Amino acid sequence: MPLVNGGKIADDSFVKLAVDTPLPEGGDILVPAERFLGEAEALLKRGGKIGVIWPNNRDIAELVPYLGKIAVVALVFPSFRDGRAYSQARLLRERYNYRGELRATGQVLRDQFVFMLRAGFDSFEVKKQADAEAFMQTAKRYSVFYQPTGDGRITALHRRMQLRHSEGVGT
Amino acid sequence: MYAYDEIDRTLVNERVSEFRDQVQRRLSGELTEDEFKMLRLQNGVYLQLHAYMFRVAIPYGTLATNQLRALAHVARKYDRGYGHFTTRQNIQFNWIKLSDLPDALADLAEVGIHAMQTSGNNMRNVTSDQWAGVAPGEIEDPRIWSELIRQHTTLHPEFSFLPRKFKIAITASDHDRAAIKVHDIGLRLIKNEKGETGFEVLVGGGLGRTPFIGKTIKHFVHGRDLLSYIEAILRVYNQYGRRDNIYKARIKILVHELGIEKFSREVEEEWQHLRNSSLQIDDEVIEDIRSRFIYPTYEKLPHMPDELRQAAADPEFEAWRKNSVAPHKVQGYSIVTISLKPIGAPPGDATADQMDALADLADKYSFGEIRVGHEQNLALPHVAKRDLPALWKALDKLGLATPNVNLITDIIACPGLDYCSLANARSIPIAQELTRRFANHELANLIGRLHINISGCINACGHHHVGHIGILGVEKNGEEVYQITIGGRADENAALGNLIGPGVKFDEVADVVEDIVEAYLALRERPEELFVETVKRLGVEPFKERVYATR
Amino acid sequence: MTSPLQQKIKIAGPSIVTANRTWDGIVVYRTADKGWSAELADAAIVRNSDEAKALLAEAVADDVGAIGPYIAPVELGDDGAIKPGNLREQIRKAGVTIELPAQG
Repeated sequence: MPLVNGGKIADDSFVKLAVDTPLPEGGDILVPAERFLGEAEALLKRGGKIGVIWPNNRDIAELVPYLGKIAVVALVFPSFRDGRAYSQARLLRERYNYRGELRATGQVLRDQFVFMLRAGFDSFEVKKQADAEAFMQTAKRYSVFYQPTGDGRITALHRRMQLRHSEGVGT
Repeated sequence: MYAYDEIDRTLVNERVSEFRDQVQRRLSGELTEDEFKMLRLQNGVYLQLHAYMFRVAIPYGTLATNQLRALAHVARKYDRGYGHFTTRQNIQFNWIKLSDLPDALADLAEVGIHAMQTSGNNMRNVTSDQWAGVAPGEIEDPRIWSELIRQHTTLHPEFSFLPRKFKIAITASDHDRAAIKVHDIGLRLIKNEKGETGFEVLVGGGLGRTPFIGKTIKHFVHGRDLLSYIEAILRVYNQYGRRDNIYKARIKILVHELGIEKFSREVEEEWQHLRNSSLQIDDEVIEDIRSRFIYPTYEKLPHMPDELRQAAADPEFEAWRKNSVAPHKVQGYSIVTISLKPIGAPPGDATADQMDALADLADKYSFGEIRVGHEQNLALPHVAKRDLPALWKALDKLGLATPNVNLITDIIACPGLDYCSLANARSIPIAQELTRRFANHELANLIGRLHINISGCINACGHHHVGHIGILGVEKNGEEVYQITIGGRADENAALGNLIGPGVKFDEVADVVEDIVEAYLALRERPEELFVETVKRLGVEPFKERVYATR
Repeated sequence: MTSPLQQKIKIAGPSIVTANRTWDGIVVYRTADKGWSAELADAAIVRNSDEAKALLAEAVADDVGAIGPYIAPVELGDDGAIKPGNLREQIRKAGVTIELPAQG
């Protein structure tokens, strides 16, 4: 499953651990939420970066105390139809000011890239190779956005206000 | 009339090219049907029994004449020469090819029409009073706010994959023509004691398998907080709405299971985080949207012009005027409802030729504007009273002057088993037969206001629960059987109807309705007592007795 | 969503597999030569659950060709003519039971 990071297909340095996989000596690891919360102290002390895989039905606020210490939060789309992780992503970015890598995992398809980018995701475990290759092109599909989100893109309402004011300058 | 600017146009065009790419990937096999289904639904494309169905949004029911002509063009070029107006201010085309859809959407985009989110588990078309902006006594035009919500919820990055579909309706009049109490969110525009605009917010209304009347979640949300409050409701719903069972996924079930108090506390808590964010709407933004609604320049006209006085001698004209013409907020003007319920025809259908001709009439007599109401009728919102006789003649020629608005033959019906793959029974032939039974205008007038709503399955697209007489088609041992309820209503006194007894067969439905109506005529205290009022006073029993005594 | 193949398949009499063609949406019937036809007369008839399951599996595999295949009952005339086995299939074959608005 190709990883898109920074808009490009990239190598994934993280190894995913199950709840009971023995902890490797070094290297970057992604740990399920339950395990992370249970062994947080030990996990954070080891060398290598740590990321957390957070299920879409668990309150993301539980992760807040650790946000400064983790490198990746991986949110889950069990199906592309299940949109709970979009809310979690926006909360992480906009309410809890999480600035680390925010990864979309699960059924991640081309036609959801724009929504995911807007919600604050910046890395993507893409299901299909062709979709991963089309990432940059797809991300540019839209130039107009009606809603303000944490991604900083200017909204249609504000663009109109700017136009109004610039038109008003000469009069 | 809302005029798109370059920004709105760009978005719609980008959406069309995205969909063109998606269709192309589907036809080449790159996308499976499972992956494509949600994408096509988000563009209003269903699969029905015989073909694809294409549902186009008519936001808050307002259409310009070039838009109506574009709909006629789509009906003619890509479909079979007609369209079906729905209960949610949409129009549906029943015979369209998937391979033609991108072109049809591109043609519509040229006049600022789209099909975004007319289906799928996202925010659906925001509906409003079809008389918005012209109804006497209206507080202010609710369409400004509808448009604001429309924009905010279009391609929303957080709420495009909700547990289930989500519908918002707005009214700004005492008499609710937008059925706000049977929507996921219903908004009633009001003023506070300072004279500021805000909304009473209702939540959790809906029909379908488990009908609920919406409950008030907040008595006053200030206009500037409207988007943040809606966002808070949607966020709570997105996180906690059920996803394990499609029939329990609507917000009404969440509100019911949590209770309105707990639900509103969750929303309130979320809202406290959101209300002072960039979602707060300043007056300038409202003014900008308001400025792009174009209002007619009305003339100063007499209340009772000579043309109208003279035409009053024609009883056919008078029958139509009394039935289909309503007061306008400006003296000398009227709101004209155009019945799409001619006797013996499918409710809500209009041919491409009728649409074109209506566009011409709207240009001539209604400042180029047409409205679409949830009762599946159209309206011309600004007709000078002096033009009424000429307009009536023209409408009559087109078969669009049936004087049955709000009468027993003004039936709401879903497409039913003739078209729909979800249906268990036919709806349209039942409606057709009923209109024939009550074709006599004097009889229909004598009966007075009576709404019959027909759905061909439990999903309730024909709003049967809130029909004064509701008819629900089900399937029993391979046969169509119809369950009949009475006493429902969709207005400000919204109520769900009660079953009168065992289901009846296809051929018996019209007879049963006749019995119910005869019972009402015998039981009502005075001619002004409406059918629903008699049912409310007496309950179901006397009607039940009458219907089942001989069966 | 349960795939049609995971559902229990049990047929009570002669049946066919039907779907809608992907590019234009019209009603089609699965044929014995692994294709689709717009004519019910061309449909492959299955008479027991195993046959039905096999025909459906073939149809489901052709995701590009047609959408939403399912098994539907039919009645066979003495002359071998195939007739739809219920009202829904009758309507899918013969079209709507009403006059279309733009005709006539």
